[in-house]
Amino acid sequence: MFLINCPFCGERDQSEFSSGGEAHIVRPKQPTELSDDEWAEYLFMRKNIKGIQFERWNHAHGCRKWFNVVRDTSNDKILSVYKMGEKPPVNYK
Amino acid sequence: MPNYRIHKTEYIDETKRVSFKYDGKTYFGCEGDTLASALLANGIHLVGRSFKYHRPRGIVSCGAEEPNAICQIGSKKDLTEPNVRATELELYEGLEASSQNCWPNVKFDIGGINNFISPLIPAGFYYKTFMWPKSFWKKVYEPLIRLSAGLGKSPTEPDPDIYDHKHVHYDVLVIGGGISGIIAAKMAAKNNLKTLLVDDKKILGGSTIYQNNEAIKIDDKLSSEWLKNEIQEINKLSNLTIKTRTSIAAYHGYNFLLAKENLTDHLPEEKKKNKIRQRLWKIRAKKVVIATGSIERPLVFNNNDRPGILLSNSINKYLDFYGVSCGENIILFTNNDSAYETSISLHKKGIKNLIVDLRKSASSELIKQAESLGIRIYFNHVVTNTFGYRKINSLEIMKLSEDGNTTVGNKIKLSCDCLGMSGGWTPMVHMHTQSGGKLNFRDDDQVFLPKENSEDQISVGSCNGDFDLENIIDKTVNKINKFLDIDNQDYQDTNIICSKENDKRNIWLLPNKIPLGKTKCFIDFQNDSTAKDIKLALKEGFRSIEHVKRYTTTGMATDQGKLSNMHALGIIADTAGVKMGTLGTTTFRPPFTPLTFGTLVGRNVGKFFEVVRKTSMHEWHVENNAEFENVGQWKRPWYYPKKGENMHDAVQRESKAARDSAGILDASTLGKIDIQGTDASEFLNRVYTNAWSKLAIGKCRYGLMLNEDGMVYDDGVTTRISENHYLMTTTTGGAANVLSKLEDYLQTEWPELDVYLTSVTDHYSTASICGPNSKKILNKLFPNLDLSDENFPHMSFKEDKLENINCRIMRISFTGEQSYEINIEAKYGHSLWKMCIEAGKEFNLTPYGTETMHLLRAEKGFIIVGQDTDGTMTPSDLQMDWIVSKKKFDFIGKRSLYRSDTVREDRKQLVGLLTDDPKEILEEGAQIVSDVKSKPIDMLGHVTSSYFSPNLNKSIALAVVRSGKTMKGQKLIIPMENKNINVTVSDTIFLDKENKRLNA
Ligand SMILES: [Zn+2]
Repeated sequence: MFLINCPFCGERDQSEFSSGGEAHIVRPKQPTELSDDEWAEYLFMRKNIKGIQFERWNHAHGCRKWFNVVRDTSNDKILSVYKMGEKPPVNYK
Repeated sequence: MPNYRIHKTEYIDETKRVSFKYDGKTYFGCEGDTLASALLANGIHLVGRSFKYHRPRGIVSCGAEEPNAICQIGSKKDLTEPNVRATELELYEGLEASSQNCWPNVKFDIGGINNFISPLIPAGFYYKTFMWPKSFWKKVYEPLIRLSAGLGKSPTEPDPDIYDHKHVHYDVLVIGGGISGIIAAKMAAKNNLKTLLVDDKKILGGSTIYQNNEAIKIDDKLSSEWLKNEIQEINKLSNLTIKTRTSIAAYHGYNFLLAKENLTDHLPEEKKKNKIRQRLWKIRAKKVVIATGSIERPLVFNNNDRPGILLSNSINKYLDFYGVSCGENIILFTNNDSAYETSISLHKKGIKNLIVDLRKSASSELIKQAESLGIRIYFNHVVTNTFGYRKINSLEIMKLSEDGNTTVGNKIKLSCDCLGMSGGWTPMVHMHTQSGGKLNFRDDDQVFLPKENSEDQISVGSCNGDFDLENIIDKTVNKINKFLDIDNQDYQDTNIICSKENDKRNIWLLPNKIPLGKTKCFIDFQNDSTAKDIKLALKEGFRSIEHVKRYTTTGMATDQGKLSNMHALGIIADTAGVKMGTLGTTTFRPPFTPLTFGTLVGRNVGKFFEVVRKTSMHEWHVENNAEFENVGQWKRPWYYPKKGENMHDAVQRESKAARDSAGILDASTLGKIDIQGTDASEFLNRVYTNAWSKLAIGKCRYGLMLNEDGMVYDDGVTTRISENHYLMTTTTGGAANVLSKLEDYLQTEWPELDVYLTSVTDHYSTASICGPNSKKILNKLFPNLDLSDENFPHMSFKEDKLENINCRIMRISFTGEQSYEINIEAKYGHSLWKMCIEAGKEFNLTPYGTETMHLLRAEKGFIIVGQDTDGTMTPSDLQMDWIVSKKKFDFIGKRSLYRSDTVREDRKQLVGLLTDDPKEILEEGAQIVSDVKSKPIDMLGHVTSSYFSPNLNKSIALAVVRSGKTMKGQKLIIPMENKNINVTVSDTIFLDKENKRLNA
């Protein structure tokens, strides 16, 4: 069970959070301009990495804020957390 | 009665006799005994029958690894507990235990029925059996298995005991209170770290605490004496918590561990009462020290399972800890030095014993001691057979060949009444692997060891493969200093003397002149699997340890193969001719020892099982005989049966009353989200399919919300309360998810919008009054409010006061009738409801529940998200194209509405269905077809909602049907179990298509 360091509240038990899948997928500004394939790319396609993955988490039973997490899925270690809108830490690129 | 308690120890109080019943017979033990030690003191070894062959079985060990001595405790229907290990169960006055798996009784003596049919029960028996003719299964195997499946009885009534949960945080957790755990805990606590030390036994000290050999000393004292001193010292440390009778059940990631603390299992019945039985500790530790020790290995030879055959070190513990001798004429069979300690200890207490050692020769302090005491040692010999039915009475040994692959020379027959076996030691790496750690194999003594220690976890002591005392202490101290980044000097000058083992010889399956097929060399005592079974599995092509394990059921009993896994692996490696380390090992899964459900569930039982949400009006519903329906966590009135009415009667009456005069519904559970901010209108534009910018203040609008994939997600009415203030309602079940989804978009996609969301579901209570007389009832409640259709039309909102309390009144309708929803602060909900009922009396205002609500809306063809939709329906599929704005640039899900798949004409679409026989009510979920003759039958869709409408006096249904939009008037068939029902596709609106009733 993870301990997640909410950037707003600090370390909390995983049971307070919900996961929101892959991070840094930006909703297209003009969806109507996209082809079916381009829209499907945004809508359905997700990486499922063994290794360092960027994820969205929500402190659902806490401050209810969304934030980003860098997690190594091979050992579940959370390497970094950062707020929405912030750039991912470069050393994990 | 025989008495095998032959000397005093400080752990047994012989002045305090404890009476207990075993298999219905009364015995006496002493305070400090386990059930197993008390049985042995009474000379009882035989404790059960083996699972497959019904062979007599005896106590083998003194701990959690025990495969045979598993008992059923108590006989009460609510309190009986199966699979309790007698070796772990502390004796208490009045304990009632019985052996499991001993049909018809433990002493039944016709040679073991299954032993006789054993050629029929090979490896993979369960799998092969299913391949055989059916008749064999029914007539032969099932009755046999049922008789012999003696792995205990579950309680049949709810557990009356109390269980507790506790969350704790520590700097350091030390698992295991043996010598290395004690040293680690002391070092941590003395360096100001908040430390928790847990041990599953009643007292700390592990196997060192009863150690009494002069060859093993610390600071010139017996190691046991030295350790007692240490224990006294750590008891004084203020930041060390010691939890005995506490075992770690699971080790999860991030150093999150579950531990079970036994609080009353060792107490007599009357002292257990009203106390917490067990506590589940949920531990978060910054650092974890694993010091779980090791367990002794059995040896695999012919007939190694007779009662009276124990692990050598267990004989030692029964003797030196419990004061009980396991026999009077004992043979110890070993491949290592530790059996010599047992031998010397037995010798000192005057118990005749000799040693059979399969090593060619060996020398060490311990061996010298044994030799000087005149203990007979047969080096380079193996036990090839044992004899005795209810207990071992003799055995045969033979000399080993040079390569150890066969036996040579003559058989020597030796008499004995007890055999101790020691095949070496297996480090308990369970905790390490449960936490995700990997293992290395050490060829030297054939053990798996933790591969790496991380910065937050370390293994010390014999679970890390350090077996002699000097190694254990030195390495533990060094490693803990490094691990905790401290500089503890307490053990700098500790002087340790111990015997060093110099010689090793490991043979997993001991050689025998008898062909393997005719031997019974047991590997897994509890599941009765033998070396032969493993070999057969390999012959049949199984290679992976995980497959062999399942095929032979080795290691799959309640002891999870604590004694058997290594031998199974060893024999597989030998047979396949590969190095043992290359095979990997089976996965060690939690729990380490079985846990009761009660412990896991804790206090969350009965009414605490789940949160129950009740509206302010709940008590009124209860008083008025409502039947309730669970909607999410909410209790909603389902219908209000009057005397003699069944559900159908009540719903028909309620539905008719609502349309003929007036009905009232508790709508408090609908989700309510307060939306404020200068961009609130723009926000609604983006989340709903229709346009919101032009909604006037004081007006209401129905909205449909999609997922980004274009599928209907939720619906509800939103009211514009002021320029920048809206009140959104959602479905009852969808409230929490809708809020989460809206927050997600606001925070992550549109952070530039000035919008604030607040869930106010519980803040307001809502009474919804509908029907032709609703206006009159409203007029009585709010006499100053102008209710005329001009001033207060459908889909609008007014504020007024009821006895000085503010109310928000929305004229909106989910029934098709004139309808008013009165919202009031939740604490006044009950009063509001009662005032409505009072005002409505003269109009036969009828309370109705969710069932009638569903019926009334179905008459009008209004969908229920989640009933008529299932996450695959677009607005167009629901024939609701009218609500999708063509002008809006974007909204959630818009782009998906013209993906090639969503514009298909042959999607499943919502239609109405009318049965040819108007009395026939369809079953919700029933399949819809057009032709029952062509096979396979083409399935077109299914019924989503179905009712008998009292207002139309006929059956109506909503359904989703492939290309349904184009099928109006077409005949379809609903095939049921005994008949086919003929239906005609209709419009989805069955009543008042012109919406006349809204303003009647
Ligand atoms: Zn937070």
